Amino acid sequence: MATVIVVTSGKGGVGKTTTAATFGTGLALQGFKTAVVDFDVGLRNLDLIMGCERRVVFDFIDVINGNARLNQALIKDKRVDGLYVLPTSQTRDKDALDRAGVAKVVGELKADFDYIVCDSPAGIEQGAQSALYYADEAIIVTNPEISSVRDSDRMVGLLASKSKRAEEGETPIKQHLLITRYDTDRVKRGEMLNVDDVLEMLALPLLGVIPESKSVLQASNTGTPVILEERSAAGNAYRDAVARFMGEQIEYRFASEKKGFMSRFGFGRLWRRDA
Amino acid sequence: MNHWAEEWVRKSVGIFSFFRTSPPQRSADQAKERLQVLLALERNSSSAPSFLPQLQDDILKVIAKYVQVDNEKVLIEVERGPDVSMLDINIELPAAIEAKRTKAPARRRLEGAAAAT
Repeated sequence: MATVIVVTSGKGGVGKTTTAATFGTGLALQGFKTAVVDFDVGLRNLDLIMGCERRVVFDFIDVINGNARLNQALIKDKRVDGLYVLPTSQTRDKDALDRAGVAKVVGELKADFDYIVCDSPAGIEQGAQSALYYADEAIIVTNPEISSVRDSDRMVGLLASKSKRAEEGETPIKQHLLITRYDTDRVKRGEMLNVDDVLEMLALPLLGVIPESKSVLQASNTGTPVILEERSAAGNAYRDAVARFMGEQIEYRFASEKKGFMSRFGFGRLWRRDA
Repeated sequence: MNHWAEEWVRKSVGIFSFFRTSPPQRSADQAKERLQVLLALERNSSSAPSFLPQLQDDILKVIAKYVQVDNEKVLIEVERGPDVSMLDINIELPAAIEAKRTKAPARRRLEGAAAAT
């Protein structure tokens, strides 16, 4: 049975699309047939982050409106087997995602895929609500920053009340917290909320901590999900998050404030390839 | 030129071209190039609807004159570049067409063309 995962946050710019692209790629690398679906109608960006923007012919809205079939709109990734992208429309507005249309497409995807990763738009309006409505699990992307934590808290409430599972009285959506853009140096200096602070306030199970990393921008520049970058700390942190999602127990190595031998003597910059 | 000399020239060229290779493109340059292609396309096409759905319909109608195809087995892909775009149309023909080959030469040609894509 397919699992629908929504990647959401409320606040914009925290890393939802990066996470949807990267996590989806990670699931496909584990051998699961995965579709990553862009719900941000009018401001599509998932195609750019996944590096398939030149191959978009039909989109999610075309499938909803019957202008194209699902398998024509799905773009097969050229790097990872079993990974597909369903881009959204750049010209329509968010009202194009009517509930019946989304139900039809999600239903068709569920018949053919193991995981459907829904990249939610920012905000809490119709677009975001369409993205979370059919979800079985949710990844809430949060930056260690007050407005992001507040918006995430709001999202926790929406996931618990506005989903199909909530409306039909089924088991609630399983929620996971993913902290992104985490800077251990600033946490150490007391300039940034630490993991425990965020966990204390949101009280969600922690899926992963993604360190602030230069490789994330480099990966988006080239349209490569950062999980495909072997030497990137962010890529490794996403790989750990996927493994935890699969039930493995893994240490949160990127949240640690402990410094290595070299760093303690001031050679950290020389040693670390990835800031 | 004998074989040995030819081999030597080939190897030397290989070595020199190794030293001459340009440095790998920086990621910011790649980002700029991708954006330029994308924005140019989006600014031009935002007013005009895509002709691709209509094209697909027309192609299916033409094919249907000659052979029965499953709509699910028609794939249209496009790869846009800065100078030129590639339209890739894949039509999977049913196996039954094989048996009718001898009767219908037109179909045979059609199948050959489809296999070449």
